[in-house]
Amino acid sequence: MNPSTTSRVIFQRPRGLTDAPFSYCPGCTHGIVHRLVAESLDELGLTDTTIGVVPVGCSVTAYNFFNCDMAQAAHGRAPAVATGIKRVHPHATVFSYQGDGDLAAIGTAETVHAAARGERITVIFINNAIYGMTGGQMAPTSLPEQITQTSPYGRDPQTAGYPLRVTEMLSTLDGVALAQRVSVDTPRNIRAAKRAIKRAFEYQRDDRGYTLTEVLSTCPTNWGLNPTEAIAWLQENLAPYYPPGVYRDIVADGFQNVAEAAAAKRERLGETK
Amino acid sequence: MTETLRRPEKVLMKGNEALAEAALRAGCRCFFGYPITPQTEVAAYMAKRMPKVGGVYLQAESEIAAINMIYGASAAGARVLTSSSSPGISLKSEGISYLAGADLPAVIINVQRGGPGLGGIQPSQADYWQATRAMGHGDFQVIVFAPSTVQEMCDLVRDAFEVSDKYRVPTMILADGLLGQMMEPIVLPEALDEDDLPEKPWALTGTGGVRAPHVANSLCLVAEDLERINRARFARYEDIKRDEARAEQYRCDDAELVVVAFGACARVVKSAVDAAREAGIAAGLLRPVTLWPWPGAAIEGLLDGGGVVRRFLTVEMSMGQMVDDVRLTVNGRLPVDFFGRSGGIVPTPAEVLEQIEELAVTGGDAA
Ligand SMILES: Cc1ncc(C[n+]2csc(CCOP(=O)(O)OP(=O)(O)O)c2C)c(N)n1
Ligand code: SF4
Ligand SMILES: [Mg+2]
Repeated sequence: MNPSTTSRVIFQRPRGLTDAPFSYCPGCTHGIVHRLVAESLDELGLTDTTIGVVPVGCSVTAYNFFNCDMAQAAHGRAPAVATGIKRVHPHATVFSYQGDGDLAAIGTAETVHAAARGERITVIFINNAIYGMTGGQMAPTSLPEQITQTSPYGRDPQTAGYPLRVTEMLSTLDGVALAQRVSVDTPRNIRAAKRAIKRAFEYQRDDRGYTLTEVLSTCPTNWGLNPTEAIAWLQENLAPYYPPGVYRDIVADGFQNVAEAAAAKRERLGETK
Repeated sequence: MTETLRRPEKVLMKGNEALAEAALRAGCRCFFGYPITPQTEVAAYMAKRMPKVGGVYLQAESEIAAINMIYGASAAGARVLTSSSSPGISLKSEGISYLAGADLPAVIINVQRGGPGLGGIQPSQADYWQATRAMGHGDFQVIVFAPSTVQEMCDLVRDAFEVSDKYRVPTMILADGLLGQMMEPIVLPEALDEDDLPEKPWALTGTGGVRAPHVANSLCLVAEDLERINRARFARYEDIKRDEARAEQYRCDDAELVVVAFGACARVVKSAVDAAREAGIAAGLLRPVTLWPWPGAAIEGLLDGGGVVRRFLTVEMSMGQMVDDVRLTVNGRLPVDFFGRSGGIVPTPAEVLEQIEELAVTGGDAA
């Protein structure tokens, strides 16, 4: 390399993140997803007009990490809080960032109805199949046989029921413009996750409807695994149960927004005019 | 904004509709609610009017969702209103605690009905303790206004928005099914312009790249910091207690027996006091208009003011809740009796008069 070449920045903290150090455990993928969200907002030029909503869960303090206006919501209520914000500032970009307990247990009603209303918000859903913050209890997405603090003999579907496949479930709703699942287990998948998250923000910018991006994530601490083992556990257990992919994309289906898609569906079902 | 909304006007209105119209005229353009008897007219009125004035009306999937939409909309800087009745208010209590913890203003209407549980749908005042003592978990208060006429349903909504914004404290209108459903002629105030509303420099609007991020938050994991924040909030509560406590006195100056009652119940007591006066009994009515801050100074004034009053009677549409506050203020200096009806029954003037007469007979040697 020519030593006289002036140095050039090729990698740095995105503007969308503050310089506060992350509070996450080593090997936790929350931080990766934060970065992908911030990079997406930066690249779309949306950071300064964005208002984020953080949940109750390990990412509760993420209002310190995102370099935009932020609201901290009660456990499970982030979609309702985001709805209130978006209705007041329809031109702002509003996202919620929620864990599986927050989004798919205590906040299921708010999740389903924000999606059904076609709320113009971008929901980032961190599925680590466990309650991270409270020390590793069973989540609505914990797998059958998965051992957690509150399923010490393994999750028994006979008594504890079956895990929720949230993206599949929401993909049936007319208000949803984009429902997709990604994983952040390899550099390649992280790049794909980045494209997916960016796309979700583009859909909000273009006023298409509600978007959900589920991210298969790790919780090495409460899975009782080291970071490398945690990635392997995600690949061998989570990904097969929750296959990554795009479950609903109205643009790919040829529509501009959820209103168009819903109208076409009604017509198909023979209910209109 | 339409012309009819702007100017003051005299109209005949249902209490619930007066609440809603007053909110619109106070510049509120954001309503989130969920149907429940006996307050549904508030939501119905808003559903009709909000789209006409460019506001937000949204029927939420639950009272829990509604109060959290309020949290978001308030954080975003809007004047926000939600309305419910007793069971729905219980569901809102977590969200109200979060509003308090994040120092967010909001006006919350409770058109009370009988409880506990699903209870009934008749008028009640049994949420007094909830409103003044335990509107959610943690160290906080909400400001509570208790209207007693349809005119006050209107006027106190305006006041509630003003103090809620001024102190950044969630504020409740504690009405009841009787006030919600009754019709009276009222004068609606002139509507506020957007420019009349207070600035909210703390609101979440997007940084615009020109300022540091704003955060709406109630989390504070360091105990010492949380205590400091709570102490600062309670210092503001002292200002509220000093400046915002309100009560109305009716024929109290020479009253030997002062009846304390609020809301719809105070209307009944007023009639009973008049009847007692006609029967030669020196009775009066003290009506708290704010339940928190508690207008204890008004009672103190009667106790210190020449010593005419010999005893108090508290009348409520509950098993007896506000009577605690009366007793705390009187602090054993005079007897404080209680009469109440529960379950949704409004006491009659005759019933109250009977109580007054009984106490007047025995009252002489009680103190
Ligand atoms: C109303 C309420 N119930 C319970 C809790 C306790 N709590 C805090 S975080 C959490 C679970 C979080 O798990 P998840 O949403 O999966 O997020 P993670 O920490 O795994 O990212 C629970 C139950 C709470 N704070 N509030
Ligand atoms: S507990 Fe789990 S989810 Fe929480 S920060 Fe640690 S690894 Fe991440
Ligand atoms: Mg989790």
